[in-house]
Amino acid sequence: MTPITVTSRREMPVEVEDDVILVRRAVRDLAQARGFDAFASAAVTTATSELTRNIWVHADKGVAVIEELSTGDRYGIRVTFRDEGPGIAHVDRVLAGGFSTARSLGLGLSGSRRLVDDFRLETTVGQGTTVEIVKWKSI
Amino acid sequence: MSGTIPILRMGDVLLTTVHVELRDAVAEAFQADVLAAIEKGQIRGLVIDISGLDMVDTYVARILAETGRMARLMGTVTVLCGMRPEIAATLVRMGYPMDGVHAALDLDEGLERLRSLRGRR
Repeated sequence: MTPITVTSRREMPVEVEDDVILVRRAVRDLAQARGFDAFASAAVTTATSELTRNIWVHADKGVAVIEELSTGDRYGIRVTFRDEGPGIAHVDRVLAGGFSTARSLGLGLSGSRRLVDDFRLETTVGQGTTVEIVKWKSI
Repeated sequence: MSGTIPILRMGDVLLTTVHVELRDAVAEAFQADVLAAIEKGQIRGLVIDISGLDMVDTYVARILAETGRMARLMGTVTVLCGMRPEIAATLVRMGYPMDGVHAALDLDEGLERLRSLRGRR
């Protein structure tokens, strides 16, 4: 397996509602600039919107880190969402979809996972949550 | 009208174009404005044009579907029109059910759809 090289990194704060829009725009602009098609671009942008909003709604504040990845034959956009919020108590149920503690249908996490190629979630109740997504594109 | 999303009236139909980024305050004002306009104008149909939106996440989808369900409780049919292909694909892949609204390809078809839906009643 070819090692992954990180070619750029940008950390953005998620503290107010407008940050959700700023992070989403940054990912969309990057995806479009790097030639992702409309479907892939919408997928990674929408997943980013869901996960950034999750930080703002559930944890109040956190960060989103946008990285560009290269493996030689693949280019990828990785976004890591990190907060020190309440954590997720019922991860399995939440990832199965339709389980919501806030005012939504509870499809944000499960839906995001279906939109990206790689999805990783680490959460500890009382300590916080980190979600990492990657969308790949063949070069 | 208190929000930043313009709502036009054509006879007993409301026409609105959502093209700005929805924030909580904007979304709530939009729903309140639509419901107030429905009551005031004896409105029977609501057309929401979203061709200007390049992303619809579950938050925006919920606002739109909720607006349709609220309008329905007041006797008004809602048609959502102009959803881009990549948005339709994204919502379906996420498993989001857009209950409460009908859909049409563009504004013309949206108005046509409204006419046929109302003719059926």
